[in-house]
Amino acid sequence: MTETARMSGPAGTSGSGRLGALLRRPEAGALLGTVGMLVFFTIFGGLGFLTVASTASWMNVAAGLGIIAIPIGLLMIAGELDISVGSMVPAGSMTVAIISGHYGLPIWLGIPAALLLGVVVGLVNGILVVRTAVPSFIVTLGTLFSVAGLVLGFSVLITGTTSVAITAPDLAKAIFGSFYIQGQFQVLILWWLLATCAYIYFLHYSRYGNWVFAMGGDKVSARNAGIPTERLTIVLFVLSATSAAFVGMCQAILFNSAQVSGGQSYIFNSIIAVVVGGVLLTGGFGSVIGIFLGTVTFAVVNQGIYYTSFDRNWSSLIIGVMLLLAVLMNNTFRKMALNYTPRKGNR
Amino acid sequence: MSAPILALRGVSKSFGPIDVLHDITLEVRAGEVLCLLGDNGAGKSTLIKILSGVHQPTSGTIEMDGRTVTFDTPRAAADRGIATVHQFGGTFPLMSIGRSFFVGAEPTKRWGPLRIYDRRTANEIAVKAVRDFGITRIDDGDRLVGGLSGGERQALAIARALHFGARVLILDEPTAALGVKQATHVLRIVNEAKRRGLAVIFITHQVMHAMSVGDHFTVLIRGAVAADFRKGEKTREEITDLMAGGASMASLEAEIEGYMASHEGHPPPPHA
Repeated sequence: MTETARMSGPAGTSGSGRLGALLRRPEAGALLGTVGMLVFFTIFGGLGFLTVASTASWMNVAAGLGIIAIPIGLLMIAGELDISVGSMVPAGSMTVAIISGHYGLPIWLGIPAALLLGVVVGLVNGILVVRTAVPSFIVTLGTLFSVAGLVLGFSVLITGTTSVAITAPDLAKAIFGSFYIQGQFQVLILWWLLATCAYIYFLHYSRYGNWVFAMGGDKVSARNAGIPTERLTIVLFVLSATSAAFVGMCQAILFNSAQVSGGQSYIFNSIIAVVVGGVLLTGGFGSVIGIFLGTVTFAVVNQGIYYTSFDRNWSSLIIGVMLLLAVLMNNTFRKMALNYTPRKGNR
Repeated sequence: MSAPILALRGVSKSFGPIDVLHDITLEVRAGEVLCLLGDNGAGKSTLIKILSGVHQPTSGTIEMDGRTVTFDTPRAAADRGIATVHQFGGTFPLMSIGRSFFVGAEPTKRWGPLRIYDRRTANEIAVKAVRDFGITRIDDGDRLVGGLSGGERQALAIARALHFGARVLILDEPTAALGVKQATHVLRIVNEAKRRGLAVIFITHQVMHAMSVGDHFTVLIRGAVAADFRKGEKTREEITDLMAGGASMASLEAEIEGYMASHEGHPPPPHA
């Protein structure tokens, strides 16, 4: 009797404790947002929203966005920003399309070239941010336009058009750009899930994740504690630019063509996904699973609207309101986390 | 008397044409608290930055254990056991106690093929280190640093410095932003650090706080050492006069503090 009483006591209290602990986590707001949006569109979209086609449509949107949003989120946690991804997506597409489509060279040359371009632009971003005192918003605004100009200039110079066709061999298509499961789900979804797992390990379980948080909390103290802040900043910029180039490259292979424009929406969409996901814009707070849920929430709103009777034009309104709500909610949850004190006599 | 752990010999510092420090000589021994007193702009901050490796002296030398050393970076000073704790202590408010305690030196354990951050060990060590300083309210290493009081944050930062082998502790105005009770807490922690054999350099402009823990006092005025004396050699009023450079200041302050002491901490009403 006493044994069961003793057992059930702490278990009973830890039930509410677990809810409290969940609300204090960075992803609390994003989780509520995701669930809320799924319920909202199930109610207003009816059964149409729960079909395979609908699930595939928002997951396809989420995959491309998520692969870019997580490294953007890491940069934001570290106190930086990268908006150059907006032109890195078309840059990745065009690079692989010009090399392997226009010139007809092997795809296994075009793919590394596209990724290498991401590495180079990331290095430029990172080194400029570290070496100059210019805020990363301005630096990456500069590279956003520079890369967009380079891509447009070279495309017209080399191919004479702004759209290049590419036919990738079967193996490359199977790995980077094809549909699976009733021909609806892009293979990019798998890349997104794998990347999410890798980033969860990196940010929350490896020691380097601690460095990212420390950098966002206070860069000078982090450096004094022996963290190679400059190298880590450069690595994060390389990660985000390369991820964007990767998504662009996959899209070119999937759709058999590449265009010089069309990546700009990734700038704001990734920031929305990250902020809805509970990352603090000024750095030092956030989680990968939060960004993941923020991405899902964004994609559900973005695609779910098609399954409702609402006009498509309202989706931006929903996203805007959702962003504001998410930020307010995240502020509240963060305050809860800060003020949390375990009750006296708990142990 | 034991040999000083850390000493400055005739250190001067100029930034371009502006001389900030002139010919500073001071030393600090193990188990001793050196109070560095001075009004705003007296050169205290620059002196700390030289001691912690942020700036290098224009002339003069730094000695550790009797040997001349140079600190090219803050890291170099930290590696020799010089730890600086700033006014707000924990500087990563949104990190957990365990994580911020081990920033840059995270304990890891094997997890399959990967090495992962050992949260449990980090939390246990951090919480124990802080509790050893008498801060028993902290018992959960997952709490965020930003949720701690100012005194608790100072304790955490000092405990962290000690855990990572600090021999010289530089406390930059640790009590400036704190209430009376919290300040007392911090002063008790300073005494505990001293008892454990650390050399403490305590920077403050609050004479009362300095007198309650200090063994040795150095007063800086406009970048030069204006006075250097040991505990009991000067009264509170004399020290305040030295710092402010006028007797009227001391009497005014004494009057106000006397009033506050007898009126439960309320300042006197403004004269009509």
